[in-house]
Amino acid sequence: MKKIEAVIRVEKLEEVRESLKKVGYPGMSITRIEGHGRQKGLVEQFRGREFKVELLPKIKIEIICKDEDVNEIVECIQRSAKTGEIGDGKIFISEIIDVIRIRTGERGGTAI
Amino acid sequence: MSRGLKLLSLTALMALGGGRIVFAQDPTGVQTLKENPQAPIDYVWVLVCAFLVMFMQPGFAMLEAGFCRAKNATNLMAKNLMDFALGSLIFFLFGYAIMMGGDWYGLWGTKGWLMGGDYYDVGRYLNMFWMLVFCATAATIVSGAVAERLKFKAYLIYTVVVSAIIYPIYGHWVWGGGWLSKLPFGMGALDFAGSGVVHAIGGFVGLAGAMVLGPRYGKYKNGRIQAVPGHSMTLAALGVFILWFGWFGFNPGSTCNAHHLRISVIAVNTNLAAAAAALSALLVAHWKTKRWDVGMGLNGAVAGLVAITAPCAWVEGWAAIVIGLVAGALMFASVRFLDAMGIDDPVGAVSVHGTCGLWGLLSLGLFADGTYGNYSLEPPYVTGLFYGGYGQLIAQLISMVVVFAWAFGTGYLTFKLMDKAFGIRVSPEEELKGLDVSEHGTPAYPDFYTR
Repeated sequence: MKKIEAVIRVEKLEEVRESLKKVGYPGMSITRIEGHGRQKGLVEQFRGREFKVELLPKIKIEIICKDEDVNEIVECIQRSAKTGEIGDGKIFISEIIDVIRIRTGERGGTAI
Repeated sequence: MSRGLKLLSLTALMALGGGRIVFAQDPTGVQTLKENPQAPIDYVWVLVCAFLVMFMQPGFAMLEAGFCRAKNATNLMAKNLMDFALGSLIFFLFGYAIMMGGDWYGLWGTKGWLMGGDYYDVGRYLNMFWMLVFCATAATIVSGAVAERLKFKAYLIYTVVVSAIIYPIYGHWVWGGGWLSKLPFGMGALDFAGSGVVHAIGGFVGLAGAMVLGPRYGKYKNGRIQAVPGHSMTLAALGVFILWFGWFGFNPGSTCNAHHLRISVIAVNTNLAAAAAALSALLVAHWKTKRWDVGMGLNGAVAGLVAITAPCAWVEGWAAIVIGLVAGALMFASVRFLDAMGIDDPVGAVSVHGTCGLWGLLSLGLFADGTYGNYSLEPPYVTGLFYGGYGQLIAQLISMVVVFAWAFGTGYLTFKLMDKAFGIRVSPEEELKGLDVSEHGTPAYPDFYTR
Protein backbone atom coordinates (compact mmCIF):
# COMPACT_ATOMS: atom_id res chain seq x y z
CA MET A 1 0.00 0.00 0.00
CA LYS A 2 1.14 3.49 -0.75
CA LYS A 3 0.26 7.03 0.26
CA ILE A 4 0.21 9.62 -2.52
CA GLU A 5 0.50 13.20 -1.27
CA ALA A 6 0.10 15.85 -3.93
CA VAL A 7 0.58 19.56 -3.28
CA ILE A 8 -1.26 21.39 -6.07
CA ARG A 9 -2.56 24.80 -7.07
CA VAL A 10 -5.80 25.79 -5.31
CA GLU A 11 -7.52 26.49 -8.62
CA LYS A 12 -6.54 23.05 -10.01
CA LEU A 13 -8.43 21.03 -7.38
CA GLU A 14 -11.64 20.57 -9.37
CA GLU A 15 -9.79 19.55 -12.53
CA VAL A 16 -7.70 17.01 -10.63
CA ARG A 17 -10.78 15.53 -8.97
CA GLU A 18 -12.66 15.30 -12.26
CA SER A 19 -9.87 13.42 -13.98
CA LEU A 20 -9.29 11.16 -10.97
CA LYS A 21 -12.98 10.23 -11.06
CA LYS A 22 -12.46 8.88 -14.59
CA VAL A 23 -9.45 6.79 -13.50
CA GLY A 24 -11.06 5.59 -10.28
CA TYR A 25 -9.56 5.88 -6.80
CA PRO A 26 -10.48 4.58 -3.33
CA GLY A 27 -10.96 7.95 -1.56
CA MET A 28 -9.13 11.13 -0.76
CA SER A 29 -8.52 13.74 1.95
CA ILE A 30 -7.91 17.39 1.17
CA THR A 31 -6.12 19.99 3.31
CA ARG A 32 -5.79 23.70 2.71
CA ILE A 33 -2.15 24.52 3.37
CA GLU A 34 0.31 27.40 3.02
CA GLY A 35 3.87 26.99 1.90
CA HIS A 36 6.59 27.75 -0.58
CA GLY A 37 9.12 25.92 -2.68
CA ARG A 38 12.38 27.16 -4.17
CA GLN A 39 10.71 30.22 -5.73
CA LYS A 40 9.59 32.15 -2.72
CA GLY A 41 6.17 33.69 -3.06
CA LEU A 42 4.58 36.54 -4.92
CA VAL A 43 4.65 40.34 -4.86
CA GLU A 44 1.34 41.96 -3.94
CA GLN A 45 0.36 45.58 -3.26
CA PHE A 46 -1.56 47.43 -0.55
CA ARG A 47 -2.42 51.13 -0.72
CA GLY A 48 0.35 51.96 -3.14
CA ARG A 49 3.09 49.89 -1.52
CA GLU A 50 4.39 46.46 -2.59
CA PHE A 51 4.91 43.57 -0.24
CA LYS A 52 6.08 39.98 -0.65
CA VAL A 53 3.82 37.06 0.17
CA GLU A 54 6.21 34.21 0.97
CA LEU A 55 3.67 31.58 2.02
CA LEU A 56 1.16 30.87 -0.72
CA PRO A 57 -2.07 28.96 -0.31
CA LYS A 58 -1.99 25.44 -1.79
CA ILE A 59 -4.11 22.32 -1.64
CA LYS A 60 -2.74 19.01 -0.39
CA ILE A 61 -4.45 15.84 -1.60
CA GLU A 62 -3.83 12.54 0.19
CA ILE A 63 -4.81 9.23 -1.37
CA ILE A 64 -4.04 5.77 0.05
CA CYS A 65 -4.09 3.07 -2.63
CA LYS A 66 -2.87 -0.37 -3.57
CA ASP A 67 0.65 -0.62 -5.00
CA GLU A 68 -0.59 -1.51 -8.48
CA ASP A 69 -2.80 1.63 -8.72
CA VAL A 70 -0.06 4.12 -7.83
CA ASN A 71 1.28 4.84 -11.29
CA GLU A 72 -2.10 5.47 -12.87
CA ILE A 73 -3.23 7.86 -10.11
CA VAL A 74 0.08 9.73 -10.04
CA GLU A 75 0.09 10.18 -13.83
CA CYS A 76 -3.48 11.37 -13.69
CA ILE A 77 -2.67 13.98 -11.01
CA GLN A 78 0.44 15.14 -12.83
CA ARG A 79 -1.44 15.53 -16.10
CA SER A 80 -4.41 17.43 -14.64
CA ALA A 81 -2.50 19.62 -12.15
CA LYS A 82 0.11 20.81 -14.64
CA THR A 83 0.17 24.30 -16.14
CA GLY A 84 3.89 24.35 -16.99
CA GLU A 85 4.44 27.48 -14.89
CA ILE A 86 6.45 27.71 -11.68
CA GLY A 87 4.29 26.76 -8.69
CA ASP A 88 2.52 23.67 -10.04
CA GLY A 89 3.48 21.73 -6.90
CA LYS A 90 4.89 18.30 -6.11
CA ILE A 91 3.79 14.68 -5.57
CA PHE A 92 5.21 12.53 -2.77
CA ILE A 93 4.81 8.73 -2.52
CA SER A 94 5.43 6.75 0.65
CA GLU A 95 4.88 3.27 2.11
CA ILE A 96 1.85 2.56 4.27
CA ILE A 97 2.33 -0.12 6.92
CA ASP A 98 -1.30 -0.86 7.69
CA VAL A 99 -4.87 0.45 7.28
CA ILE A 100 -7.76 -0.18 9.65
CA ARG A 101 -11.41 0.46 8.83
CA ILE A 102 -12.88 1.78 12.08
CA ARG A 103 -16.44 0.51 11.50
CA THR A 104 -15.59 -3.14 10.84
CA GLY A 105 -12.06 -3.58 12.08
CA GLU A 106 -10.88 -4.86 8.66
CA ARG A 107 -7.13 -4.47 8.11
CA GLY A 108 -4.76 -4.08 5.16
CA GLY A 109 -5.74 -3.93 1.50
CA THR A 110 -9.44 -4.68 2.03
CA ALA A 111 -9.73 -1.70 4.40
CA ILE A 112 -8.67 0.80 1.73
CA MET B 1 -25.25 89.34 13.34
CA SER B 2 -22.57 86.69 13.75
CA ARG B 3 -22.40 83.70 11.45
CA GLY B 4 -23.10 81.33 14.30
CA LEU B 5 -26.14 83.23 15.43
CA LYS B 6 -27.29 83.46 11.87
CA LEU B 7 -26.92 79.72 11.49
CA LEU B 8 -28.85 79.19 14.68
CA SER B 9 -31.58 81.55 13.69
CA LEU B 10 -31.91 79.62 10.44
CA THR B 11 -32.37 76.37 12.24
CA ALA B 12 -34.54 77.72 14.98
CA LEU B 13 -36.75 80.34 13.49
CA MET B 14 -36.01 80.68 9.84
CA ALA B 15 -38.55 82.44 7.75
CA LEU B 16 -37.62 82.90 4.12
CA GLY B 17 -35.02 85.62 3.79
CA GLY B 18 -33.99 85.65 7.43
CA GLY B 19 -36.08 85.36 10.53
CA ARG B 20 -36.44 87.33 13.69
CA ILE B 21 -33.95 86.11 16.25
CA VAL B 22 -35.79 85.06 19.36
CA PHE B 23 -34.17 82.61 21.72
CA ALA B 24 -37.09 82.16 24.00
CA GLN B 25 -37.32 78.75 25.54
CA ASP B 26 -39.72 76.65 23.50
CA PRO B 27 -39.46 73.00 24.46
CA THR B 28 -42.76 72.04 22.81
CA GLY B 29 -42.09 73.80 19.52
CA VAL B 30 -45.57 75.35 19.42
CA GLN B 31 -44.25 78.91 19.53
CA THR B 32 -41.59 78.18 16.94
CA LEU B 33 -44.18 76.75 14.58
CA LYS B 34 -46.53 79.69 15.09
CA GLU B 35 -43.78 82.18 14.27
CA ASN B 36 -42.57 80.20 11.28
CA PRO B 37 -45.12 77.86 9.69
CA GLN B 38 -42.39 76.81 7.25
CA ALA B 39 -40.24 75.41 10.05
CA PRO B 40 -41.26 71.73 9.77
CA ILE B 41 -39.64 71.25 6.37
CA ASP B 42 -36.39 72.73 7.71
CA TYR B 43 -36.52 70.58 10.82
CA VAL B 44 -37.12 67.42 8.84
CA TRP B 45 -34.36 68.35 6.38
CA VAL B 46 -31.81 68.96 9.11
CA LEU B 47 -32.77 65.84 11.07
CA VAL B 48 -32.73 63.51 8.08
CA CYS B 49 -29.35 64.87 7.05
CA ALA B 50 -28.09 64.47 10.62
CA PHE B 51 -29.22 60.84 10.59
CA LEU B 52 -27.20 60.38 7.39
CA VAL B 53 -24.15 61.93 9.03
CA MET B 54 -24.56 59.58 11.99
CA PHE B 55 -24.53 56.73 9.49
CA MET B 56 -21.00 57.76 8.56
CA GLN B 57 -19.93 56.13 11.84
CA PRO B 58 -20.29 52.59 10.45
CA GLY B 59 -18.61 53.90 7.31
CA PHE B 60 -15.51 54.88 9.27
CA ALA B 61 -15.71 51.66 11.30
CA MET B 62 -15.75 49.47 8.18
CA LEU B 63 -13.08 51.47 6.35
CA GLU B 64 -10.70 51.38 9.31
CA ALA B 65 -11.33 47.71 10.05
CA GLY B 66 -10.81 46.75 6.41
CA PHE B 67 -7.52 48.64 6.17
CA CYS B 68 -6.22 47.15 9.42
CA ARG B 69 -5.40 43.57 10.35
CA ALA B 70 -8.02 41.09 11.55
CA LYS B 71 -6.43 40.90 14.99
CA ASN B 72 -7.41 44.52 15.67
CA ALA B 73 -10.92 44.58 14.18
CA THR B 74 -12.76 44.23 17.50
CA ASN B 75 -10.71 47.10 18.93
CA LEU B 76 -11.68 49.33 16.00
CA MET B 77 -15.35 48.50 16.50
CA ALA B 78 -15.00 49.32 20.20
CA LYS B 79 -13.37 52.68 19.41
CA ASN B 80 -15.95 53.64 16.80
CA LEU B 81 -18.76 52.63 19.14
CA MET B 82 -17.42 54.45 22.17
CA ASP B 83 -16.35 57.68 20.49
CA PHE B 84 -19.93 58.11 19.34
CA ALA B 85 -21.45 57.05 22.67
CA LEU B 86 -19.10 59.00 24.91
CA GLY B 87 -18.89 61.91 22.49
CA SER B 88 -22.70 62.18 22.40
CA LEU B 89 -22.86 62.55 26.18
CA ILE B 90 -19.92 64.93 26.51
CA PHE B 91 -21.02 67.17 23.66
CA PHE B 92 -24.54 67.43 25.08
CA LEU B 93 -23.26 68.23 28.56
CA PHE B 94 -20.41 70.65 27.77
CA GLY B 95 -19.35 70.73 24.12
CA TYR B 96 -22.36 72.54 22.71
CA ALA B 97 -22.19 75.30 25.33
CA ILE B 98 -18.54 75.95 24.50
CA MET B 99 -19.17 75.87 20.77
CA MET B 100 -22.49 77.69 20.34
CA GLY B 101 -23.47 79.12 23.74
CA GLY B 102 -22.99 82.81 23.06
CA ASP B 103 -19.53 84.32 22.66
CA TRP B 104 -16.86 85.39 25.16
CA TYR B 105 -14.32 87.69 23.47
CA GLY B 106 -14.42 85.61 20.31
CA LEU B 107 -12.92 82.60 22.11
CA TRP B 108 -15.71 80.32 23.28
CA GLY B 109 -19.30 80.15 24.43
CA THR B 110 -20.37 80.25 28.05
CA LYS B 111 -24.07 79.39 28.06
CA GLY B 112 -26.21 76.31 27.61
CA TRP B 113 -24.50 73.81 29.90
CA LEU B 114 -26.44 70.54 29.91
CA MET B 115 -28.73 72.20 27.35
CA GLY B 116 -30.70 73.64 30.26
CA GLY B 117 -32.61 76.90 30.78
CA ASP B 118 -33.23 78.77 27.54
CA TYR B 119 -31.45 75.99 25.69
CA TYR B 120 -34.27 73.55 26.43
CA ASP B 121 -35.70 74.61 23.11
CA VAL B 122 -36.59 72.75 19.90
CA GLY B 123 -34.35 74.98 17.78
CA ARG B 124 -31.39 74.64 20.13
CA TYR B 125 -31.85 70.89 20.39
CA LEU B 126 -31.97 70.66 16.60
CA ASN B 127 -28.75 72.66 16.28
CA MET B 128 -27.09 70.68 19.09
CA PHE B 129 -27.91 67.39 17.35
CA TRP B 130 -26.51 68.68 14.08
CA MET B 131 -23.26 69.85 15.67
CA LEU B 132 -23.06 66.63 17.68
CA VAL B 133 -22.98 64.28 14.70
CA PHE B 134 -20.24 66.47 13.21
CA CYS B 135 -18.31 66.33 16.46
CA ALA B 136 -18.54 62.53 16.44
CA THR B 137 -17.18 62.51 12.88
CA ALA B 138 -14.16 64.59 13.90
CA ALA B 139 -13.54 62.30 16.86
CA THR B 140 -13.77 59.05 14.91
CA ILE B 141 -11.26 60.15 12.23
CA VAL B 142 -8.44 59.91 14.78
CA SER B 143 -9.25 56.26 15.47
CA GLY B 144 -7.71 55.23 12.15
CA ALA B 145 -4.46 57.18 12.56
CA VAL B 146 -3.73 55.66 15.98
CA ALA B 147 -5.01 52.18 15.07
CA GLU B 148 -3.43 48.88 16.09
CA ARG B 149 -1.29 50.20 18.97
CA LEU B 150 -3.12 52.72 21.21
CA LYS B 151 -4.45 51.65 24.61
CA PHE B 152 -8.23 51.70 24.69
CA LYS B 153 -8.20 53.68 27.95
CA ALA B 154 -6.21 56.43 26.24
CA TYR B 155 -8.75 56.51 23.41
CA LEU B 156 -11.61 57.04 25.86
CA ILE B 157 -9.82 59.97 27.50
CA TYR B 158 -8.91 61.46 24.12
CA THR B 159 -12.60 61.23 23.10
CA VAL B 160 -13.61 63.34 26.10
CA VAL B 161 -10.97 65.97 25.31
CA VAL B 162 -11.85 66.24 21.62
CA SER B 163 -15.62 66.39 22.27
CA ALA B 164 -15.43 68.89 25.13
CA ILE B 165 -12.55 71.14 24.05
CA ILE B 166 -10.68 70.63 20.78
CA TYR B 167 -13.65 70.40 18.39
CA PRO B 168 -16.02 72.86 20.14
CA ILE B 169 -13.46 75.66 20.52
CA TYR B 170 -12.25 75.70 16.92
CA GLY B 171 -15.88 75.16 15.90
CA HIS B 172 -16.81 78.24 17.89
CA TRP B 173 -14.13 80.30 16.16
CA VAL B 174 -15.58 79.50 12.72
CA TRP B 175 -19.27 78.62 13.25
CA GLY B 176 -20.12 80.00 16.69
CA GLY B 177 -19.39 83.68 16.09
CA GLY B 178 -15.75 83.45 17.22
CA TRP B 179 -12.76 85.48 16.08
CA LEU B 180 -11.98 83.59 12.86
CA SER B 181 -15.49 84.26 11.56
CA LYS B 182 -14.92 87.98 12.23
CA LEU B 183 -11.59 88.33 10.41
CA PRO B 184 -11.53 91.60 8.46
CA PHE B 185 -10.84 89.79 5.18
CA GLY B 186 -13.50 88.68 2.75
CA MET B 187 -16.43 87.52 4.86
CA GLY B 188 -14.22 86.14 7.59
CA ALA B 189 -12.98 82.54 7.60
CA LEU B 190 -15.56 80.30 5.94
CA ASP B 191 -15.97 76.54 6.03
CA PHE B 192 -19.35 75.45 4.73
CA ALA B 193 -19.67 71.95 6.20
CA GLY B 194 -16.35 71.49 7.93
CA SER B 195 -13.28 70.63 5.82
CA GLY B 196 -11.48 72.43 8.62
CA VAL B 197 -13.83 72.33 11.60
CA VAL B 198 -14.43 68.59 11.31
CA HIS B 199 -11.88 66.96 9.01
CA ALA B 200 -8.67 68.92 9.45
CA ILE B 201 -9.29 68.88 13.22
CA GLY B 202 -9.64 65.09 13.18
CA GLY B 203 -6.76 64.64 10.73
CA PHE B 204 -4.20 66.70 12.64
CA VAL B 205 -5.15 65.42 16.07
CA GLY B 206 -4.62 62.02 14.44
CA LEU B 207 -1.20 63.16 13.18
CA ALA B 208 -0.25 64.15 16.72
CA GLY B 209 -1.44 60.78 18.05
CA ALA B 210 0.47 58.83 15.40
CA MET B 211 3.65 60.82 16.13
CA VAL B 212 3.48 60.36 19.91
CA LEU B 213 2.78 56.63 19.45
CA GLY B 214 5.44 55.90 16.85
CA PRO B 215 5.07 53.43 13.99
CA ARG B 216 3.57 49.96 14.37
CA TYR B 217 5.90 47.02 14.77
CA GLY B 218 6.82 45.87 11.27
CA LYS B 219 6.09 49.15 9.46
CA TYR B 220 9.79 49.90 9.08
CA LYS B 221 12.32 47.12 8.66
CA ASN B 222 16.01 48.14 8.59
CA GLY B 223 14.91 51.66 7.75
CA ARG B 224 12.81 50.51 4.80
CA ILE B 225 9.09 51.25 4.58
CA GLN B 226 6.95 48.11 4.60
CA ALA B 227 3.33 47.64 3.56
CA VAL B 228 1.13 46.34 6.38
CA PRO B 229 -1.78 44.94 4.38
CA GLY B 230 -5.27 45.25 5.83
CA HIS B 231 -7.52 42.25 6.18
CA SER B 232 -10.53 43.13 4.01
CA MET B 233 -10.69 45.28 0.91
CA THR B 234 -14.40 44.37 0.83
CA LEU B 235 -15.12 45.98 4.20
CA ALA B 236 -13.00 48.99 3.28
CA ALA B 237 -14.98 49.48 0.05
CA LEU B 238 -18.28 49.14 1.93
CA GLY B 239 -17.06 51.75 4.40
CA VAL B 240 -16.17 54.20 1.64
CA PHE B 241 -19.54 53.78 -0.07
CA ILE B 242 -21.30 54.37 3.26
CA LEU B 243 -19.22 57.51 3.81
CA TRP B 244 -19.95 58.76 0.30
CA PHE B 245 -23.68 58.23 0.95
CA GLY B 246 -23.50 59.87 4.37
CA TRP B 247 -21.82 62.90 2.84
CA PHE B 248 -25.06 63.67 1.01
CA GLY B 249 -26.33 64.58 4.46
CA PHE B 250 -23.11 66.17 5.66
CA ASN B 251 -22.81 68.80 2.92
CA PRO B 252 -26.32 69.61 1.64
CA GLY B 253 -27.68 69.46 5.20
CA SER B 254 -25.28 72.19 6.24
CA THR B 255 -27.58 74.79 4.71
CA CYS B 256 -29.65 73.97 7.83
CA ASN B 257 -32.49 75.17 5.68
CA ALA B 258 -34.56 73.28 3.15
CA HIS B 259 -35.66 76.54 1.54
CA HIS B 260 -32.19 77.07 0.13
CA LEU B 261 -32.64 75.25 -3.15
CA ARG B 262 -28.88 75.53 -3.50
CA ILE B 263 -28.92 72.06 -1.88
CA SER B 264 -29.10 70.51 -5.36
CA VAL B 265 -25.88 72.26 -6.42
CA ILE B 266 -24.24 71.18 -3.16
CA ALA B 267 -25.23 67.53 -3.67
CA VAL B 268 -23.89 67.51 -7.23
CA ASN B 269 -20.63 69.21 -6.20
CA THR B 270 -20.15 66.70 -3.40
CA ASN B 271 -20.60 63.79 -5.76
CA LEU B 272 -18.38 65.25 -8.51
CA ALA B 273 -15.46 65.89 -6.16
CA ALA B 274 -15.61 62.34 -4.78
CA ALA B 275 -15.75 60.86 -8.26
CA ALA B 276 -12.91 63.01 -9.59
CA ALA B 277 -10.69 62.31 -6.59
CA ALA B 278 -11.26 58.54 -6.74
CA LEU B 279 -10.23 58.66 -10.39
CA SER B 280 -7.18 60.87 -9.90
CA ALA B 281 -5.93 58.85 -6.92
CA LEU B 282 -6.29 55.64 -8.91
CA LEU B 283 -4.48 57.13 -11.91
CA VAL B 284 -1.65 58.62 -9.86
CA ALA B 285 -1.22 55.30 -8.05
CA HIS B 286 -1.14 53.49 -11.40
CA TRP B 287 1.39 55.96 -12.75
CA LYS B 288 3.62 55.39 -9.70
CA THR B 289 3.14 51.64 -9.16
CA LYS B 290 1.86 50.27 -12.51
CA ARG B 291 -1.09 48.67 -10.73
CA TRP B 292 -4.77 49.66 -10.37
CA ASP B 293 -4.55 50.17 -6.63
CA VAL B 294 -8.07 50.01 -5.21
CA GLY B 295 -6.99 50.99 -1.70
CA MET B 296 -5.73 54.30 -3.04
CA GLY B 297 -8.88 54.73 -5.13
CA LEU B 298 -10.99 54.30 -1.97
CA ASN B 299 -8.85 56.75 0.00
CA GLY B 300 -9.14 59.08 -2.98
CA ALA B 301 -12.94 59.12 -2.94
CA VAL B 302 -12.94 60.18 0.71
CA ALA B 303 -10.18 62.74 0.05
CA GLY B 304 -12.40 64.36 -2.58
CA LEU B 305 -15.36 64.40 -0.20
CA VAL B 306 -13.24 66.04 2.51
CA ALA B 307 -11.92 68.67 0.12
CA ILE B 308 -15.31 69.70 -1.27
CA THR B 309 -16.82 69.97 2.21
CA ALA B 310 -15.70 73.58 2.78
CA PRO B 311 -16.41 75.01 -0.68
CA CYS B 312 -19.39 72.83 -1.73
CA ALA B 313 -22.04 75.58 -1.47
CA TRP B 314 -20.00 78.30 -3.10
CA VAL B 315 -18.52 76.73 -6.24
CA GLU B 316 -19.70 75.54 -9.64
CA GLY B 317 -19.66 71.91 -10.83
CA TRP B 318 -16.51 72.19 -12.94
CA ALA B 319 -14.65 73.64 -9.96
CA ALA B 320 -15.79 70.71 -7.82
CA ILE B 321 -14.19 68.39 -10.38
CA VAL B 322 -10.92 70.35 -10.28
CA ILE B 323 -10.97 70.38 -6.48
CA GLY B 324 -11.52 66.60 -6.48
CA LEU B 325 -8.80 65.87 -9.04
CA VAL B 326 -6.28 67.84 -7.00
CA ALA B 327 -7.44 66.19 -3.76
CA GLY B 328 -6.85 62.65 -5.05
CA ALA B 329 -3.30 63.41 -6.18
CA LEU B 330 -2.55 65.44 -3.05
CA MET B 331 -3.71 62.58 -0.83
CA PHE B 332 -1.39 60.14 -2.60
CA ALA B 333 1.59 62.49 -2.27
CA SER B 334 0.75 63.09 1.38
CA VAL B 335 0.62 59.34 2.15
CA ARG B 336 4.06 58.93 0.56
CA PHE B 337 5.41 61.94 2.46
CA LEU B 338 4.21 60.69 5.86
CA ASP B 339 5.63 57.22 5.19
CA ALA B 340 8.97 58.78 4.31
CA MET B 341 8.90 60.91 7.46
CA GLY B 342 8.49 57.80 9.59
CA ILE B 343 4.92 58.61 10.61
CA ASP B 344 2.72 55.53 10.53
CA ASP B 345 -0.92 56.29 9.71
CA PRO B 346 -2.45 52.84 9.08
CA VAL B 347 -5.51 53.99 7.13
CA GLY B 348 -4.34 57.31 5.64
CA ALA B 349 -6.53 59.43 7.94
CA VAL B 350 -4.03 62.30 8.19
CA SER B 351 -3.61 62.57 4.43
CA VAL B 352 -7.30 62.18 3.63
CA HIS B 353 -8.76 64.40 6.36
CA GLY B 354 -5.87 66.66 7.37
CA THR B 355 -4.12 67.44 4.11
CA CYS B 356 -7.25 67.47 1.98
CA GLY B 357 -9.14 69.37 4.71
CA LEU B 358 -6.61 72.19 4.30
CA TRP B 359 -6.99 71.98 0.53
CA GLY B 360 -10.76 72.33 1.01
CA LEU B 361 -10.34 75.56 2.99
CA LEU B 362 -7.90 76.91 0.40
CA SER B 363 -10.00 75.93 -2.61
CA LEU B 364 -12.96 77.85 -1.18
CA GLY B 365 -10.82 80.99 -1.29
CA LEU B 366 -9.94 80.26 -4.92
CA PHE B 367 -13.10 78.96 -6.59
CA ALA B 368 -16.04 80.61 -4.76
CA ASP B 369 -18.00 82.14 -7.62
CA GLY B 370 -20.25 84.67 -5.92
CA THR B 371 -23.60 82.91 -6.28
CA TYR B 372 -24.39 82.08 -2.65
CA GLY B 373 -24.12 84.12 0.52
CA ASN B 374 -23.00 83.40 4.03
CA TYR B 375 -25.44 80.52 4.65
CA SER B 376 -27.85 82.96 3.06
CA LEU B 377 -29.63 83.57 -0.20
CA GLU B 378 -29.00 87.28 0.31
CA PRO B 379 -25.87 89.20 -0.67
CA PRO B 380 -23.06 89.70 0.07
CA TYR B 381 -22.08 86.62 -1.88
CA VAL B 382 -18.89 84.69 -1.21
CA THR B 383 -16.20 85.33 -3.83
CA GLY B 384 -12.82 83.63 -4.23
CA LEU B 385 -9.58 84.75 -5.86
CA PHE B 386 -10.51 83.59 -9.37
CA TYR B 387 -13.58 85.84 -9.19
CA GLY B 388 -11.76 88.83 -7.75
CA GLY B 389 -12.17 88.12 -4.04
CA TYR B 390 -8.58 88.03 -2.81
CA GLY B 391 -9.70 89.01 0.72
CA GLN B 392 -11.53 85.73 1.15
CA LEU B 393 -8.37 83.84 0.22
CA ILE B 394 -6.46 85.66 3.00
CA ALA B 395 -9.14 84.68 5.52
CA GLN B 396 -8.92 81.08 4.34
CA LEU B 397 -5.11 81.02 4.61
CA ILE B 398 -5.31 82.31 8.18
CA SER B 399 -7.88 79.67 9.14
CA MET B 400 -5.67 76.96 7.57
CA VAL B 401 -2.71 77.94 9.75
CA VAL B 402 -4.93 78.20 12.81
CA VAL B 403 -6.65 74.85 12.36
CA PHE B 404 -3.33 73.07 11.90
CA ALA B 405 -1.73 74.74 14.92
CA TRP B 406 -4.78 74.26 17.14
CA ALA B 407 -5.51 70.63 16.25
CA PHE B 408 -1.91 69.48 16.17
CA GLY B 409 -0.95 71.47 19.28
CA THR B 410 -3.83 70.41 21.48
CA GLY B 411 -3.73 66.87 20.10
CA TYR B 412 0.00 66.55 20.77
CA LEU B 413 -0.42 67.89 24.29
CA THR B 414 -3.29 65.50 24.99
CA PHE B 415 -1.47 62.38 23.82
CA LYS B 416 1.89 63.43 25.31
CA LEU B 417 0.41 64.14 28.74
CA MET B 418 -1.39 60.80 28.76
CA ASP B 419 1.81 59.09 27.63
CA LYS B 420 3.75 60.66 30.52
CA ALA B 421 1.02 59.69 32.97
CA PHE B 422 0.42 56.05 32.08
CA GLY B 423 1.91 55.20 28.68
CA ILE B 424 -0.50 55.24 25.76
CA ARG B 425 1.01 52.39 23.76
CA VAL B 426 0.28 48.73 24.41
CA SER B 427 3.24 46.44 25.12
CA PRO B 428 5.07 44.84 22.15
CA GLU B 429 3.63 41.44 23.11
CA GLU B 430 0.09 42.82 23.14
CA GLU B 431 0.66 44.57 19.83
CA LEU B 432 1.85 41.35 18.18
CA LYS B 433 -1.00 39.35 19.67
CA GLY B 434 -3.46 42.02 18.50
CA LEU B 435 -5.57 44.39 20.57
CA ASP B 436 -8.72 42.29 20.13
CA VAL B 437 -7.54 39.62 22.52
CA SER B 438 -5.15 41.64 24.70
CA GLU B 439 -7.45 44.63 25.29
CA HIS B 440 -10.94 43.19 24.87
CA GLY B 441 -10.61 39.43 25.20
CA THR B 442 -12.72 39.07 22.06
CA PRO B 443 -11.28 38.07 18.69
CA ALA B 444 -13.30 39.48 15.78
CA TYR B 445 -13.17 36.20 13.86
CA PRO B 446 -12.82 33.38 16.40
CA ASP B 447 -13.42 30.66 13.83
CA PHE B 448 -10.56 31.75 11.60
CA TYR B 449 -6.82 31.66 11.85
CA THR B 450 -5.56 35.24 11.80
CA ARG B 451 -2.09 36.64 11.28
